[in-house]
Amino acid sequence: MIAELGHYALVLALLVALVQTTVPLFGAAKNDFALMGVAQPAATAQFLSILFAFAALTYSYVTSDFSVINVAENSHSLKPLLYKISGVWGNHEGSMILWVLILALFGFAVARFGVHLPPTLKARVLSVQGSIGVAFLGFILLTSNPFLRLDPAPIDGRDLNPLLQDPGLAFHPPMLYLGYVGFSMAFSFAVAALIEGKVDPAWARWVRPWTLAAWTALTAGITLGSWWAYYELGWGGWWYWDPVENASFMPWLSGTALLHSAVVVEKRDALKSWTILLAILTFALSLMGTFLVRSGVLTSVHAFAVDPERGLYILAILVVFIGGALTIFALRAPTMKLGGLFQPISREGGLVMNNLLLSVATATVFIGTLYPLFLDATTDQKVSVGPPFFNATFVPVMIPLVLLMAIGPMLAWKRGDLPAAMSRLWFAVLVSLGLGVFIFWVNADEPFTPVIGFALAGWLAAGTLKEFGDRVGLFREKLSQSLARARRLPRSTYGMTLAHLGLAIFICGAVADSAWRTEVVINAKESDKASIAGFDALLEKVERQQGPNYQLERATIVIKKDGEYITTIFPERRFYPVQQMPTTEAAIHTTFLADIYVSLGEGGKNQGWTLRLWYNPLIPWIWAGCLIMVFGGLISLSDRRLRVGAPFKKIEPKKSKHSGLENA
Amino acid sequence: MRKILYLGPLILFVIIAIYFAAPILDGKDPRILPSAMIEKPIPNLDLPPLVRTKPGIDNQSLTGNVRLVNFFSSWCGPCRTEHEFLMKIKETKLVPIYGINYKDKKNAAQQWLSDLGDPYEKIGRDIDGRTAIDWGVYGVPETYIIDRNGFIQYRHVGPLSQRVFDDKLAPVLTALRKQEND
Repeated sequence: MIAELGHYALVLALLVALVQTTVPLFGAAKNDFALMGVAQPAATAQFLSILFAFAALTYSYVTSDFSVINVAENSHSLKPLLYKISGVWGNHEGSMILWVLILALFGFAVARFGVHLPPTLKARVLSVQGSIGVAFLGFILLTSNPFLRLDPAPIDGRDLNPLLQDPGLAFHPPMLYLGYVGFSMAFSFAVAALIEGKVDPAWARWVRPWTLAAWTALTAGITLGSWWAYYELGWGGWWYWDPVENASFMPWLSGTALLHSAVVVEKRDALKSWTILLAILTFALSLMGTFLVRSGVLTSVHAFAVDPERGLYILAILVVFIGGALTIFALRAPTMKLGGLFQPISREGGLVMNNLLLSVATATVFIGTLYPLFLDATTDQKVSVGPPFFNATFVPVMIPLVLLMAIGPMLAWKRGDLPAAMSRLWFAVLVSLGLGVFIFWVNADEPFTPVIGFALAGWLAAGTLKEFGDRVGLFREKLSQSLARARRLPRSTYGMTLAHLGLAIFICGAVADSAWRTEVVINAKESDKASIAGFDALLEKVERQQGPNYQLERATIVIKKDGEYITTIFPERRFYPVQQMPTTEAAIHTTFLADIYVSLGEGGKNQGWTLRLWYNPLIPWIWAGCLIMVFGGLISLSDRRLRVGAPFKKIEPKKSKHSGLENA
Repeated sequence: MRKILYLGPLILFVIIAIYFAAPILDGKDPRILPSAMIEKPIPNLDLPPLVRTKPGIDNQSLTGNVRLVNFFSSWCGPCRTEHEFLMKIKETKLVPIYGINYKDKKNAAQQWLSDLGDPYEKIGRDIDGRTAIDWGVYGVPETYIIDRNGFIQYRHVGPLSQRVFDDKLAPVLTALRKQEND
């Protein structure tokens, strides 16, 4: 019964979304306020219907109702409650429900909080958002209905893929979708603006918080996914340039570009059609991610079950929405008024370079990811493009970007003074050189890459801190005055400073791990020893135990350094009988400077077990850096000027004169 | 002129969309072996045995009648997933399976067979992965259908299951057996 109600709620949501798409759009064209007003209750009703459907599916999972096919195929009565719930989105059908739920949530948020939006813009935004809802609700109902019944119902379910039964992965998809789908908001605003034929600073002010929210969630989602891959897959790595990883990374890169170009529209009324284009492309890349993962066009370790019919349907959605938006763009963008002019050396110029480099970076990832597909289609050759390609193409684009990140914020709007900015950066040059020389000295015989990496990270961190210090007048004024100035700074300034610092920390972690990671593989019996990077690991014992829905072997390993006890860790090897699948649960000892990572392989008492040990220097800095970026996003999001419900204040044009002190 | 510039993104997008649509409309599955290997004779191989009771594998032992060649490793998770089904094939005598143990420790592979059962007629050890390269193996597990003349007729990447077998392998096997009887 509950499942049927959920199904019904989805149909209702589809009908409401149809109304939300058509009526307000017509109303906006006729300037009829009553018709435009339909958008608001429709968005609310659509959200509530989908929420009900989602709750119904969750209920079926929690109560283990195996007469629902989707539950029977992806759940099991013995599974812990957390994974019964996360199982809702651990499969294609359920994850699509989550997708539309988040889509409708964003529409609902605009309807509810966008009280100061001009009525026609609001009606058109909600109409575009509603049309995306129509497309995906139709997709779910026609090809991926999670509420279909199974008769007779099996006694128990087939369980969720054990690799997905993990707290990191329970929250990875919701965060990722918040990001992916969040960019739909920027898309809807872009298309609405094209229909209106008007893009102004006020428009950018409305778009920015949504883009920032999506960017923050996507950063968190990618971080969680990478962290999960690191500790769950037992390979000791954290990023593989896998097609599915790239699919989430591309919208992140172009979303980052969008975040920065929207600033230029807001502050200087320039780069308007470029920003619109970026908003469309970012959502296009998000949709493409959804398409690639579900269509089977590319092979990947974490693709969903492949179905050509579904692939074609999503491709049709992609063509209608992105093709449609780009057509309107080609028609309307040339007629838009050009905005403010600026010198190449200026804050705007810096942000244009930022956008250019981020776009090139997105293009390299795009080409690397899809090259096998293009080659296969034209020549029937099979190739796979791996990390060497990305290291050789992506990294060189990042180097000028990071160099620029320290300089850009120091330049004034409109016309900047490069020598003056550089003279403020002597501190960063010193830190960068110092760090480079230090790394060169400790790393004498090794490759040169970490020297460059750390010098860049030092440059970025020091430049960012210096810029912040200058803003609050550190060392120029009394400390109390500096603190007072710091308190008055907009939160978005803190956001930028934190995000840029986070990236510097991330770079340290990524560079150190790729240059200095060490690995030892041994076959160990009980009371055997291994040593790695100056640590000694003693395999004390391996015990068999029983988990809630798996059996496990649990090793006790004592880590010592120079005979001194450090810690005891417990890597596990689990076997999930329902799916007949083993998983490794690596044990990780994290210190400020490194991880000691141990995974337990196949084995037995007599022949010993395969133990893999990794020493991963600075790898905790990767997650720390990403978390700081997320935190920066959240702080910036809490800025009063961006706050969604904040009373609307007219932008004062005078303000931009002092905008050398404003954030980017 | 400026107008044409604004058409650029649309044109680029259309080209990419065509590339996306092509494999789906062709019914291409990226996991199907490129046509280069199909209907070619199996590459030369001479692999040492894994267990004392069964001989290793050479070209000679793979000709005569229709059979499956299955690449597996004890360290590979999906191999464990398909193992139960391989045992079922053996019990129901659907088709003989020849195993190639890919880049594995001898002990570990022997332990694996004694723990989970041995579905293979013969097993060869591909110690350095050389044979897998010759066959163009993407990753374990991978299963090939070989006809009675020792020609590769089909390749499946990933674990076998009843469903995969019924949908993909069974039709090929039926067709090959029909040819044999003709």
